[in-house]
Formats: sequence, structure tokens, C-alpha cells
Amino acid sequence: MSALRHLYGPIIDNNPITLQILGICSALAVTTSLTTSAVMSLALITVLVMSSLVISTIRRHIPSAIRLIVQITIIASLVIVADQIIQAFAFDISQRLSIFVGLIVTNCLVLGRAEAFAMQNPPGPAVLDALGNGLGYSLILLIVGFIRELLGAGTLFGLTVFPSVYDGGWFTPLNLMLLAPSAFFILGLLIWAIRALRPAQIEPSDYKIAIDPNRRAP
Amino acid sequence: MIDLFLRSIFADNLILSFFLGVCTFLAVSKRLDTAFGLGIALIVVQTITVPLNHLILARLLAPGAWSWLGLGDVDLTFLSLIAFIGVIAATVQILELVLDRFVPALYRALGIYLPLITVNCAILGGSLFMAERDYSFSESVVFGFGGGIGWALAIMGLAAIRERLNYADIPAGLRGLGMAFIVTGLMSMGFTAFAGVQL
Amino acid sequence: MPDLNPISWWLKLLALPNESRTKTLVVAFLVSGICALVVSSAAVILEPMQEANRAAERQARLDAMMAAMPGMEEILAEADADTLNSVVVDLKNIEMTEIDPSTFDMRAAAQDPETSTIIPPEADIAGLGRRADYAPVHILRSGDELRLIILPISASGYQSTIHANLALEADLNTVAGLSIVEQGETPGLGARIEEPAWQALWPGKKLADKNGDITLTVVRGRATNEFEVDGITGATRTGNAVTEAVHFWLGEYGYGPFLDKLRAGALEQ
Repeated sequence: MSALRHLYGPIIDNNPITLQILGICSALAVTTSLTTSAVMSLALITVLVMSSLVISTIRRHIPSAIRLIVQITIIASLVIVADQIIQAFAFDISQRLSIFVGLIVTNCLVLGRAEAFAMQNPPGPAVLDALGNGLGYSLILLIVGFIRELLGAGTLFGLTVFPSVYDGGWFTPLNLMLLAPSAFFILGLLIWAIRALRPAQIEPSDYKIAIDPNRRAP
Repeated sequence: MIDLFLRSIFADNLILSFFLGVCTFLAVSKRLDTAFGLGIALIVVQTITVPLNHLILARLLAPGAWSWLGLGDVDLTFLSLIAFIGVIAATVQILELVLDRFVPALYRALGIYLPLITVNCAILGGSLFMAERDYSFSESVVFGFGGGIGWALAIMGLAAIRERLNYADIPAGLRGLGMAFIVTGLMSMGFTAFAGVQL
Repeated sequence: MPDLNPISWWLKLLALPNESRTKTLVVAFLVSGICALVVSSAAVILEPMQEANRAAERQARLDAMMAAMPGMEEILAEADADTLNSVVVDLKNIEMTEIDPSTFDMRAAAQDPETSTIIPPEADIAGLGRRADYAPVHILRSGDELRLIILPISASGYQSTIHANLALEADLNTVAGLSIVEQGETPGLGARIEEPAWQALWPGKKLADKNGDITLTVVRGRATNEFEVDGITGATRTGNAVTEAVHFWLGEYGYGPFLDKLRAGALEQ
């Protein structure tokens, strides 16, 4: 049972995005639609699980001097293969993902899990941990993608949910949702929501706000 | 050129419109002086690696790059990702060694930030954008430099705001990361205003 | 006697301490070798598929554009399939070439210093840097009469390079249609230039005013005359890029001289 903790732990309680600030870079740019979020999530989960598996399998034989470069080489190769597969089988999506599949290489999440977990643990738990982190990452990506596509275009997976005024419906798409700032806002509010449910995640205040009880308004 | 330069700083800001390097951006923006150090280090590395990767791409990987050997059809662009990351890692290492040897003062100031930069999406993203947008060599120099400045500007701005926010009474759940995201969103909206500027 | 058994050699290697120089080197080489093998085989195996995807996409767009063109169906029906001629035009010497258009890649040509020209910065409104000296052009004739010409155009947009095909009617001034071949603009904003509804705004627009200057522009908001096309809200930069593409490619460094020569009837096939 304890092995399963590696799987579900990172999904909400220890979510890589909202708590550890890992791997946000590539996450936000692809969330303008649910389809791209889903393909990106799938690519990331695959790369993360495969790299954890490979690195954890050969972990005893990686000389520490070249540890990072070996990890990066393995991850980069997996990312290239994933990118090539997406280009071959999902061509139009690959055009919309543009450079962001490639950026999985520098996604701190992948290297972070390889370094922090896969290097110290046998393949079984390493794969579960990678899968859990990948799912936690995907959950956030899909929520943000869901909100942005629904409110920004009135569609989900490209299918019309709210008929937009461009097609004679009633829904005026919120263009802001398709621009960069909205992703930051949604993520900020999402973190607030999670922390309201899980108060343990609240960060301690650096300074105490002192209000002088005798102070009068000037 | 001036247009590209300004665009890469403001409208096409790597963080605020393409979300590149957000991880480091949020983690290292609590204090203005560290943000400044990281910003400068990023400008330096970006200005070196983007043109360098341009040379690698054009001379070694692009279709026809090997035609002088009679291998006109060889297209190695699929290797560009791994080549770029290698170049970046090597550049950072060499820069570290050179700075340590010749400018120890600067090394002490920037040293701890340099390794962070290898895994910064902004650096790799800059090179990948250069490849995707078919920049020429001189354009890639301008783009690298401008992109670095834009990134540094954004992180210093956020750090300055966060230092002030320490004294604000923020709802408990929003404290720290949540508020940083909201502030970044507002900054990003501000920078979108530059999108219409054309020179 | 040296031990030549590969298995025991392998076990001996694994037993070496991780920090030893031999093992570091061997591991480094093995990892790079295996990764190189995996990456290269993926690239080689999937290459034909990706190429087919790209070709299918280009063809589908061309077909869609032909189908969308007014009166195109009848023209195609009454004429032989041969009347749609594809030919590669030399933009430097302004003549038709013998290059096979089905294998010609304009974008590769634009990269190669031998087959491209650096555009002077002041003329480079489309932000392209280099222009290919050759361009594949589709010409539709009925009998000897020119009916339609399709020109590939491009410009650097907000986040990507936009590639499009512009079709002109026989007067070489009326737009018969525009189809976006490739773009990577902001989904929902700039990327809406791909929508048929927006491309349907183009047919019937005029390129040049009576002085012969190219005036066709994607404006902000609604178009008020035949030299303007409605812009897309929130995508001014993408609209500007399409305008720049039209202005650049129909100007002096684009197809301008070629179209002049074609108009004068001075081009031999």
C-alpha cells in the first residue's frame, strides 16, 4: 500500500505545480485549448515515466561526475522521440504546440524527479512516483486548459459548448482568456482554492503585520 | 532590427507572453539583489548561446549543410534540440571556468546563478524560437540580447513588487506563490500594451 | 591469457567503482551511443510519415482553396486537368524555369545563400530576411487565356512565420482568394486567420489603386472599401503581418516585376 502513496501523493497534496513550483514554464503556454493541454500532458507523462524508469534502472552505474549530463541526454532523446511521434501522428496539434514539446527537456519537473527520486529508488516506486507527478501536472494543465478554452472560445476539445456570437449564438468569447495574463490569474486563483481546502499548504508570513490598536486615522 | 530588439524586450517578453523560465522566475524573485544577479547572468548566457546555436544549426544541422562533403540531402534538424542543450550546458560550464580564472569578482557575484541557468526554459526557448522563426545571424544576436534584457527586466520588476508585498495584508491562502502569480498576470497585461508598437 | 568472454568482460565493467575513469568514459559513450541510435531511428522511421503529412496538408489546402474559388468548379470541369500548370518562376531574371515544381521546396531555397537574395532591410517589410530566388506558381488557363494565378506569400507574424497562397484573377489585380498554408499564431486570436469565414472576406478585393500602388490592407475593425479587409479583434499584429506579406510579395522584391511582364504578355512558357 505504501508504494501507492508515491502515486497519489503528488496529485493534490504535494502537487508539483502548485506547491513545488516545478515545470510551469511549458505548462502555461499550451493551455489555450483543452486538446493541446491533453497532448502536452500525455507527452510529459510518457517522457517522465520513461526517463524515471531508465535512470532508475541504471542508477547504480551512473558516475556522479557526469550524472546530470547523462540524465539530460536521456531526457532529451526521449523528448525528441516524443516530438517526432507527435509530428508523425498528430500533425496539426504538433504545429500548435510549436516549441513547447521541446521545452520538456528543461522542464524542471522531469529533471527534478530524476535527480530527487529516480536516482535513489528502484524502478517500481520510481515509475509510480513519475506517474503520480505526471498526473498531478496534467490535472492542473487540464483544469487551466478547460477554463481558458471554455471561456475564451466557448468550446471544449474544439466542439462548441457555448455557441459564440461569431456563429450567431449568444456567447461573447472573453479574448483575455486566450492571452498570457489569464493563465497566471487562473493559476494564482487555483492555488488559493487548493490552499483554502488544504490549509497546511499555506506559506508562513515573512513579516507579522502589526496594527497599533491606539492608532487613529489621520 | 530596432523593432525586433524592442519587440523581444517588451511585446514578445519571454516570461510574460511565452511563460519561459517561470520556474526560476518565481523561485528567485523574493529579493531584488538576487533577481538582479540572475537577470544579468541570463542576459550574458542568452546573448552568447542564441547566436552560437544559430551557427550550429546553419553550419551543421540544416538541410544541405554537409553538401561540401557531397551529402547534400542530409537533414539533421531533428538533432537540434539535443545540440542546443549541449551547447548551452557547455557554454555555462566554460563561462564559469573563464570567469573564475579571469574575473573572480564577477564570478563570486554570478557564480551561484550560472548552474541554474542551464535548466532555464528561457535559454533553450530563445534558441528554439530562433530556429523556428528563421532568424539570420545578426537577428539572432539582437534577439538573444533583447530577450535576455526582457527577462531580466521582468524578474527585477517582480522582485521589487514582492519586496513591497511583504508589508501587505494578503489573504492567507494567496500568500507567497498565489500572489506572485496574480502580480505576474498584471505585469503581463501591462506588457501586452506594447504589442501594438511598431517602429 | 586475456579474458575474451564478452559476458565476463561486461560483468567486470559493472563491478568497477563508479568513480573510475574507465567506467565514466564507457558509461558516457554507451549512453550517447544508445540515445543517438534511438533518436536517429525514430527520425528515420517517422520521416516519410511526417513528409506525407506535410504534403497532404499543402495539397488539401490548395484543393480547398480551388474549391472555394468562385466559378472554379465549372472552369475545372470544362477544362482538362492539364490546364492548371505549376511552374517554378525565377524571380531574379524574371523568367519561367524548368525546375520540377513537385519537388521544389521554396523554404529550403530561401535558406540557401545560392538560391536566395538578402532583402535590403528598408524593403524587408515582411521581416523575412532572405527571399528565395525561385517560387512555385500555379497558373490556370482556359485555352490560351489566363484565368487565375496562385502565388505563395509569407511574412513573419506575431509568433510564427505565416505562409499563405494568394490567388489573383486574370486582371492580376482582383483577389480571387487567400488561403493560409501554415501559421502558429495565438489560438483563438491570430490563428483565426485560418478560419474559412475570414478567408471568405478576400475574394473580390482589389490590390492596387489607380496609381498602381499596392493598397490592400487588413484594417482594424470593419472594412469600408474594396482595398480593405476586416481585421480580427485582438490580432492586430497578425493582420498587419498578412498586409505586409501582400505588400512585400506583390512589390518590387516579390512578384511585382514578374506580374508586370506577365501582364505585358512577354513571358514564354
